[in-house]
Amino acid sequence: MATGNPATALETATAYEVVVGVEIHVQLKTASKMFCSCSSEVRGAAPNSNTCPVCLGLPGALPVINRRAVELVLATGIAIGATNPEVTRWDRKNYFYPDLPKGYQISQFDLPLCSGGTLTVETSTGPVEIGIRRAHLEEDTARLLHQDKPGGGRLSLVDYNRSGIPLMEIVTEPCITSAEAARRYAEELRLLLLTIGASDAAMEEGQMRVEANVSLRLPGAEKLGTRVEVKNMNSFRSVERAIAFEIERQTRALDGGEKLIQETRGWDDTRGVTYVMRLKEESEDYRYFPEPDLPPLRTDASMIAGIRAAMPELPAARRARYSADFGLSSYDAAVIVGSAGDYFAAAMATDPPVDPKVAAGLLSKIGLREQKAQPDLLSRRNGAELAEVVRLRASGAISSQSAEDVYIEHLQSGESVASIVATKGLRQMNDSSELGAVIDKVIAANSAAVADFSAGKEQALKFLTGQVMKESRGQANAAAVAQLLGERLKK
Amino acid sequence: MATLSRKDVEHVAHLARLGLTEDELARLEGQLNHILDQYAVLAELDTEHIAPTAQTIELENILRDDEVEPSLPAEEVLALAPERAGQYFVVPPILGEHGN
Amino acid sequence: MTSDPTRLHAHEMAAGLRRGDFSAHDLAAAHLDRIDATDKPLHAWVWWDRAATLAQADAADDRLALAREEGEEALAALPALLGIPVGLKDLVFTRGDRATAGSRILEGYVSPYDAHISENLKAAGAVLPGKTNMDEFAMGSSTEFSAWGPTANPWDLDRVPGGSSGGSAAAVAAFQVPLSIGTDTGGSIRQPAALTGIVGLKPTYGRVSRYGIVAFASSLDQIGPLGRDVRDTAMLMSVIAGRDERDSTSADIPVPDYAAQLPESDDESAASLRGVRLGLPKQYFVKGMEPGVEARIREAVTALEAAGAEVVDIDLPHTDYGLATYYIVAPAEASANLARYDGVRYGRSVRLPGGDYIADYLETRGTGFGAEVKRRIMLGTYALSAGYYDAYYLKAQKVRTLIKGDFDAAFEKVDALVAPTSPTVAFKFGARLQDPVAMYLSDACTLPANMAGVCGLSVPCGLSEGLPVGLQLIGRPWDEDRLFRLGRAYEAITATAAWRNQEPTDLAKLTDPATQAAADRAAAVRGAA
Repeated sequence: MATGNPATALETATAYEVVVGVEIHVQLKTASKMFCSCSSEVRGAAPNSNTCPVCLGLPGALPVINRRAVELVLATGIAIGATNPEVTRWDRKNYFYPDLPKGYQISQFDLPLCSGGTLTVETSTGPVEIGIRRAHLEEDTARLLHQDKPGGGRLSLVDYNRSGIPLMEIVTEPCITSAEAARRYAEELRLLLLTIGASDAAMEEGQMRVEANVSLRLPGAEKLGTRVEVKNMNSFRSVERAIAFEIERQTRALDGGEKLIQETRGWDDTRGVTYVMRLKEESEDYRYFPEPDLPPLRTDASMIAGIRAAMPELPAARRARYSADFGLSSYDAAVIVGSAGDYFAAAMATDPPVDPKVAAGLLSKIGLREQKAQPDLLSRRNGAELAEVVRLRASGAISSQSAEDVYIEHLQSGESVASIVATKGLRQMNDSSELGAVIDKVIAANSAAVADFSAGKEQALKFLTGQVMKESRGQANAAAVAQLLGERLKK
Repeated sequence: MATLSRKDVEHVAHLARLGLTEDELARLEGQLNHILDQYAVLAELDTEHIAPTAQTIELENILRDDEVEPSLPAEEVLALAPERAGQYFVVPPILGEHGN
Repeated sequence: MTSDPTRLHAHEMAAGLRRGDFSAHDLAAAHLDRIDATDKPLHAWVWWDRAATLAQADAADDRLALAREEGEEALAALPALLGIPVGLKDLVFTRGDRATAGSRILEGYVSPYDAHISENLKAAGAVLPGKTNMDEFAMGSSTEFSAWGPTANPWDLDRVPGGSSGGSAAAVAAFQVPLSIGTDTGGSIRQPAALTGIVGLKPTYGRVSRYGIVAFASSLDQIGPLGRDVRDTAMLMSVIAGRDERDSTSADIPVPDYAAQLPESDDESAASLRGVRLGLPKQYFVKGMEPGVEARIREAVTALEAAGAEVVDIDLPHTDYGLATYYIVAPAEASANLARYDGVRYGRSVRLPGGDYIADYLETRGTGFGAEVKRRIMLGTYALSAGYYDAYYLKAQKVRTLIKGDFDAAFEKVDALVAPTSPTVAFKFGARLQDPVAMYLSDACTLPANMAGVCGLSVPCGLSEGLPVGLQLIGRPWDEDRLFRLGRAYEAITATAAWRNQEPTDLAKLTDPATQAAADRAAAVRGAA
């Protein structure tokens, strides 16, 4: 295996093998919760207003499985080429914590809905295939808030709105060898989940939570080194930074002859360091056993076939198609599919078709830049408008400069390209009679310059051209002006 | 089969979050071991090739459609709370330690 | 109106209400008066509410009046249970009412929702006076493990009514209500029914929704009816049974009108026994079974044979492993089901000054649960814990397969099994408190049916030492209707037996103001022992 990402490798004396495994929890995009019919929309809901006997763990309440949640996990499994057991079931994972209403979490232990699978990601050192061990379906916990009491001491509050939201846990094999690859995996998985509509997977909203198990070992060593679990990484950037930091920390420790301890560390994004959250007890005893309140689930072929049929084009396939059909560089294809796939697809779907390279160019240069300022801007704009800009530009109806201005204006205001061109009067003056009139006017008004030109002063032509452009308020097509003016003066 | 030491009893009590007095721990050590002795008979049975039964009812794929129904009124829910602060349940302070 | 309507059977009360012999209000008032007059020494109830009960009865009278105006058809179309008082075990939730499952940890808990069966009972117009006493979280066979004090047996106030549904059984036996609801995880309906001389059914697992019932052991718990005869019990069963989409383990199988299926006359019922194949499992005559109990069972078998039933010996080879299996599976499930009682959202909550949540959990649970519940949580936690899961829990699940196999094989040969319900008659207060295993033996004959998920009915079959003995009929899954017909037939062929018309011996003492409260009496009996 290769060593960790370059930045880290440089600083380390010994070249250890980096072994990273990533666990990702995502909230599934369902209307109701995993085991009850409470709304799973927490945004804008008053605390503890989306609760019922089931998600509060009141005595006598019983769970009922949300079909949609099962389908979304199976769809994810199909997308990563996982297999599902013929029969799967749920288990009780027993532990006590104030965010866990029943004192156990309904999860899946030995029969997850999805086993195996892979996801290939692009890294600076080329494509890397990430092996995925399993994906299973469980329920989210409640949300805890910690406050300082006025009188001193701490106060912990609970909001059960989040309790019972469907949660998919996706676990990779311990096969990731760099912080960059780990980040790219998380990004690629998010893109996949967005594409199949399994989750909104917004890390800042806590809809996607990434944890990494990081360990080092000497090259060729059989057993894995001491594993450290890293949590609290709230952006893709912090995923990469936290793992890189941890690799470096462990490397220094090992070089310094220190013995690493198995522990859970949190990532402090402002200080850029990981810190000890808790030492792992001799592995917690969760006392898993089959959930007696839920019958098993048989994933019959028809169920799988139905999900497979409804599957949209996946990011990898679309990237390949864009490079193949549109001749886009694999980089452009990746960037566009990654952040504006559907938008670009809409542009390509217009008739008559436009040059994909030009469209991709405008999109990368302007569209994606604007989207940086306004998140998911492009999902609120119609790709057909981009096509329209390219079309006007190609026909010479607008100048290349206007094309960019019009596109920016459209993205920012949402106004249609056509109306912007019209109201701003950006359409070029190509028509010779129209132009001719302006030119005759300029010749008449500048006899001196005309005389100079006849006397062989070439720069006089530039002056006259400038006058024509001025007279046409910049709408004249410069090439056309030069030609017509030349003809007139040579008479 | 295994017999429970006093230390085992204390460990299990903590796993189950049961605060027990010295007397209770002592009594339970005896009683639990007495009960575990009764379990010994199970060892007589060869169950190597027997599938476990977790449920007697043979149901499968009992699923509900993803539809939202009204929740309980928050006030009714919070009325149950031993301690509340505004719209929230108050739990005992959590010092450091973490769930899963 | 008749002198004392509380002595009637529920189906007779239903007829009386329709005839206008008495109103639902009168009927409820008569039962409330009886509870007021008898519950100090009996202590079958955790609470009852006169005003609320009479209001329900008045609503029933309105429905009766309306139907009377509409005529005979409308009157006949009214639900059978309209206006009939039904006692609910203290673990059945009714919206806005207290229910504690006999535990301090739920002291003062008011449920914000109705159990499925509560919805059904309310819709049927049943009158629900309150909640009946039980062993804490249904863990026990004597009702001595209730946090609110023990319940006495109306046949001998020095003895227990059995358990865990002891309050529901005693209330019916003592004519405080004609019907009641119990739950049965290892015998908690059948055993108290047997020990108080009434009828009780443990339905097939999945027959009655568990939604809104405090869970003990989820794969074993079933809710069922208790009554003073088979017809009444069948009447109540029809109202509570059926599919509920909120319980994923409730079966979508049509529910017959069990009572309507019963032959009208004793002769017809007796005749229905001809050609019926019954199995007598030899393993149910366990060691420690009282000779008097065995004698009554053998006599019952003889009577059934005399009436034309064919009784053959049946081998249920794994019966002897049932007890150990049950006492692993049930505590294991219970240890998880009772983890929610942490003092965070509801119920008892101890907050120690400066303590963190772990300390508070330990204190809340350590002081909120009683000795037997703690014992079972400890057992279950241990059986599931790392290193012991395979030896205990997994092993028990495998033996459970064998026990279920025994029943499957038996039901290939016979239509139903006949067996004792309990190896002994009602025992004295305190007799089994010191030895958990002795208490657990009370369920030896009943818990195999729970392990296999089949249904079981206990019907009175005579007295031993002046105390009731129960005959257990065990049926195939979903065969409740057959059990009711068999039970009714057995009633028919023993209709003239002297013990049939004998009322509980200590009824008179119940109304004697001089009689001690149940708790004092129990303490005295324990002290004397």
